[in-house]
Parts: sequence; C-alpha cells; structure tokens
Amino acid sequence: MTDTDETGEVLTLSHGAGASSMRSLIDSLAVSRFADDDDDPSAGTVGLAALDDGAAHPIQGDRSVVVTTDSHVVDPPRFPGGDIGRLAVAGTVNDLAVMGATEPLMLTCSLVVEEGYHVDELDSIMASVEDTCEDAGVQVTTGDTKVMGSGDLDGPVINTTGVAVVPSGSVVPDSALSVGDAIIVSGTVGDHGIALLSEREDFGFEGDLESDVAPVNDLVRTAAEAGRVTAMKDPTRGGVATALNEMASKSDIGLELDEPAIPVDGTVASAAEVLGIDPLDVANEGKVIFGVDAEDADAVLEALQDHPQGRDAALVGHATDEHTGRVVLDTGFGRRYLSEPEGEALPRIC
Amino acid sequence: MATDETLQFRDPDAAEEIVDRLDGLMAEIGEPVSVMHVCGSHEQAIAKFGLRTMLPDGLSIRMGPGCPVCVTNMPEVDEAVALANGGVTVATYGDMYQVPGTSGSLADASARGAPVEVVYSASEAVELAEENPDEEVVFFATGFETTAAPTAAVLTDDPPENFSVLSAHKYVPPAMEVVAELPDTDIDGFLAAGHAATITGYGLFEEFVSEYETPVVVGGFEPLDVLLGLERLLEYTSEDAVGLENAYPRCVTREGNSTALETMWEVFEPVAGEWRGIAEIPGANLALREAYAEYNARERFDIAPDSGEADPLSEQCLCGDIMAGTADPDDCELFGEECTPEDPVGACMVSSEGPCKIWLEYGGQPDI
Repeated sequence: MTDTDETGEVLTLSHGAGASSMRSLIDSLAVSRFADDDDDPSAGTVGLAALDDGAAHPIQGDRSVVVTTDSHVVDPPRFPGGDIGRLAVAGTVNDLAVMGATEPLMLTCSLVVEEGYHVDELDSIMASVEDTCEDAGVQVTTGDTKVMGSGDLDGPVINTTGVAVVPSGSVVPDSALSVGDAIIVSGTVGDHGIALLSEREDFGFEGDLESDVAPVNDLVRTAAEAGRVTAMKDPTRGGVATALNEMASKSDIGLELDEPAIPVDGTVASAAEVLGIDPLDVANEGKVIFGVDAEDADAVLEALQDHPQGRDAALVGHATDEHTGRVVLDTGFGRRYLSEPEGEALPRIC
Repeated sequence: MATDETLQFRDPDAAEEIVDRLDGLMAEIGEPVSVMHVCGSHEQAIAKFGLRTMLPDGLSIRMGPGCPVCVTNMPEVDEAVALANGGVTVATYGDMYQVPGTSGSLADASARGAPVEVVYSASEAVELAEENPDEEVVFFATGFETTAAPTAAVLTDDPPENFSVLSAHKYVPPAMEVVAELPDTDIDGFLAAGHAATITGYGLFEEFVSEYETPVVVGGFEPLDVLLGLERLLEYTSEDAVGLENAYPRCVTREGNSTALETMWEVFEPVAGEWRGIAEIPGANLALREAYAEYNARERFDIAPDSGEADPLSEQCLCGDIMAGTADPDDCELFGEECTPEDPVGACMVSSEGPCKIWLEYGGQPDI
C-alpha cells in the first residue's frame, strides 16, 4: 500500500476517507484515464466522471444496465447489529437502489482472507451474506476466493459487485436536484458509525447502540412509487454531511437544512457527544437521502413512515438557488455551513 | 454528554431571550465591543451552533491563544518526528498527528513506516508501553491544564521504565497577559475557559483582572453558557466596571481541583517558551521537573531533529496573528486555498480546536 521511496507521495488513511483527498486520488488515477463525457442520466447513462454510487449504461429497448462494486473491510468484522457479510451485501444492493435499481439481478462475491483464518468464522460470514441476500431478494451468482500468506492481511476483505437492468428513464443520479425540492432522510442518522466507534473505543454504550446495516431497496421502491424522486444517495462513508454536500455541488444548487428536524437516536447523540463526533459526519449503512419534487414531499414522507425501515423518516430541508454548492444548517440558534468531514481522524469503520 | 442537564443549556427560546438582552446592552453602550475567548472549545461551540449570526451588530467575539496544538512550536513537532523516525514509538493525541513541523508531521512519518500511535489519554499511552515492554514509548504530551494534570498523574503513578514524556504542555494565564499587552489587541473583556478553570479555579484570574483592569468571565461550552458569559461581560462594559465572575458554577469553583493542581505542579514547572507565531512567553510552557528527569524524553534520548527548511508558504501563514486575536482566519490568503485540513500549512488548520479549521468547517461568521 505504501511506497518506501523517500521522495514519492505515499497513501494516507485520508485517501480512503471519502472526502476531497479521495476524490482527487480517484481523479488522477482513474477518471483521467477512463472517463468519457457523454453522461445523460435522464437517458440512462451515468459514467465514471459522475462519481455516483454506480454506473448506468443503456442497452437495447430503452433499458439500462446498472452496475456498482465495493470492497468491504471493517474493524471489528462482527459488530453490534451486523457483520462484514451483511455489510458487503447491503452496501452494494444499496448503491444500486439509490441509482434507481431496486431489483438487483445478481451479485458477485469475492473473498480475500489470510492463511490461518478459521473456516467456521468464514462460514458464519457467508451465512450472513446468505441471510442478507434473502432480505434484499438477490442471489450470489459468481465469486472468487484468495488466500494470502499469514500476516499479509489484517482481516477479511469482501468485494461484491451488483448488476441490475432498469427502464432507462428510472435511473436516478445524485446530481439532479432542482430549486424547491424537498430533502427527506429515511431515518435516524449516524447509527452505524457511532455504534462501531463506541465498540472500538469500549465506551460502554454497546448494549444500546446498533448498526443500521440493512438493504434499503424495498424502502427506495416504496418512495419511488409514492412520488417523483429527483436525486438519491446512501450516506455511507463521510455520513449525511458528505452526501448532502455532494448532492449540492453536483446539482449546482444550495441546500438549507433544519438541524433540529434531523432524526438522531438519543443514545447515538449521547455517545457522539462523548466521542466528540457529529452524527452527521459518520457512516450509515441502511439510510437514504431523497430529493423529492416539493409537490410529492408529503406523499413520499407518509409512504416512508408506513414502511418498517422508514418510521423515523423526516423532511429536513429543501434546495435553494442561494449559496450554490453549499449546505446551510439552521441550528435552532443561528446558521452555519455543514461541511464534509475532512480526512480520516478516526479508525476505519466501513 | 447530551444528557437532560446539558440539553437545558441548548434551549433556542432561552437563547433568543438572552440575545434580546444583549441587543439592549449594546444599544446602551453605543459603540463596538470586542470580547476575546481563549479556548478552542468556545470557538467550537460558537461556530457549531452558529451563535455569531445571532449576535447584535458591533459585538465581536475575537479568538485568543486558546488552542494548545496551534501554539505548539514547530521545533517541538520536529523533536517528536525525529524520535519516531529513529524507531521510538511516539504516542500522541489525534489533534497533534497532522501538525506540520519543519520536516513534515507525525502523520507523514507514520505513512513512511515510523511508529506513531494516536491515543485518547495519557493513561492509554502508558498502557501502550505496558503492552510493548520491548519498545520505548514516548508520549508527546500537548494541551493546557486539563491534559497536563492527567499527564502528571500517570508520572506520579510509577509508569513502566520504557515510558517517557515529551512535554509540549502549555499554561494559559501568562499568555493572556501577553495578548492583553499586544498593541493591536483592543479587548473589552475576556471569556475564560470553563474546563481549564475546573482545574485551576477561577480565583486564578483575580490578579489578571486587577492588573489589566479588564473584566474576566469564566464560561461553559453550551450555547446558553456562552451567551450568558457574553451578557455578563457586556454588563461590565455598560457600567464601565471591572470584575471577575464565574458563569459556569455547575463545574467551576474558586479554588479548583487542588489534588490535580498539586500533582501538576509536583511534576511540571513553568518555563519560558515560544508560542508559535505569538511570542516567547515567560512561564507559559510546562517542563518536567528535575525529580522526573528519568521520564523526560529530552533527557533519555539524544534528539536530533532534522530541522529542514520550513514550507515556504508558512511565511504567509497568519496563525500567530489569528491566535493573538488580531486577524480572522479569512484574512489569511492561504485560508481554504493552499491551506486546508488535509494539507495544512499552519497548526490552526489542523486541530479541532484550531480557529482556521473551525471556520473552514462551519463558515465562521458569514451572513448566512
């Protein structure tokens, strides 16, 4: 991973943290090489340059194939509310879902594990993959297994790739917000990140904190059936703060949010306070941010609240033509910017 | 923790009432008022809750030298980097990890394979030493009284032989005097840091108040604590009075925590030290006393920092002026451009208590 050359630039944890250093690394390594610029989300084309949750490519008959891939490492591999197996399936199913592809066709699953790793442990991870696939209505159809030498790897790595085929018109990018669109979050934010950090730091909140890791494709389907969803994102690494900033800057629009309206579980809020971390800055693994046509906002919100995964869904703000590319938070006291968390000040949690 | 007790200090309606009273006081005073806080946690609270956007026109809150990481001098960072590069495990607080010295930061050293560990407390650094008896573990110790006292506590508790401390601890009161004397600072009152005062006691400021004839109010960190502190300071200004007040009585007493203080002064002595960008300040650095020399990393190791050429951009860095309250972060040409949290030029952009980092994250005081 790191270069021992004294002069060359080496990777740091912040290159994987989901914020601007990661984006500039991806730009220089990949976008500059592979991107072409014929993106047109409304025609079902979303390419590499969009840096969306996945890619969409038109095939015959006004349909598009949607693909996404993700490698999962998490410390600890088993955490309150889930494990790396559940995370690996939900992560990819959710990236497809927020592209508008709520019925995944198939999933690949590749494992990289270390010599000496217990087969029982692997079996339990795969059982979790199986259960989560069942929740999401998808099957693993191909995969790969690699065993590395002892000491070459810190923990298991699972890569999953998901594929779906959808009508080209139903592809939803993260960049198509319009002025006036309502911003809805599907439930309490920060659960996954705070649960993992508390577990790692052994702060004694564990009994009450659980990751929200779950497939959200059914929830997304419910929202899309209830009204016109203009943009979507699953706020994983970098949390709601990063997701909202990306949506604002890619849509060339400003966002105004009402902080007291953003649902945060009470125990998560307390633990976050102790850890000195904003729940808006940490990962969620079972939540969605929706941009919704203002006229349909109530209908979508009601439909979400009727869904078991959306009971705490809330309307938290709207898109505006002011302060383009930024997110302004009304704290209940005054106003401030909500920025992306920079760098990886924290242990890796997803 | 956001318990019911702290939540009562986050009541927006009560905040509006205090702001109304601040409006009245400012009208009475009839001229601009500058108040200085000396604590990054105050800036955090002010920026995070957007309090500046609520305040009456003419009332400005300046930032003083309240971030111990920000005033840590580059040569101190160089010492830690040199130790790590020499194979000694350096444990430090996360805030210190990315602070650049003249030859890079501990994060840079770590990326190249040097043994650097981020810890949350002095005792965690001791545990690290206990778990690795064959390694030398140096705790690069930073912070004001609130972290100096715990560092002292682990040293008086018979730490393992392979543990030592590289002290960059700072002591605030002498720095307040220096800032109060700076020709460009025109401060009508100080909002002193409540958590440091839990250790030192607010009585510590009595001398300062009488010598500099400036009111000092010790304040807490919830939005209402800050606003109440401002109200008390404006009351002094409107009456043209000087005094000392404890606006954080639920945590702070006049005497402070005598056990913590005794331990701190048993282990540390105040010495003169350079506060980055501000001045050489007498009595504002905390060095290990002779009795604890065996745990002093500067005694144990022959530290030969590679004092390379500092980043040429650091010439333009306004950290010092910002920490002295004479400039705002957005007065700096590097702010958010060449200097960002991911590629910082000055320490003010690194620490979560650093004014530049806080302003970049929360927007400082724009009309938003």
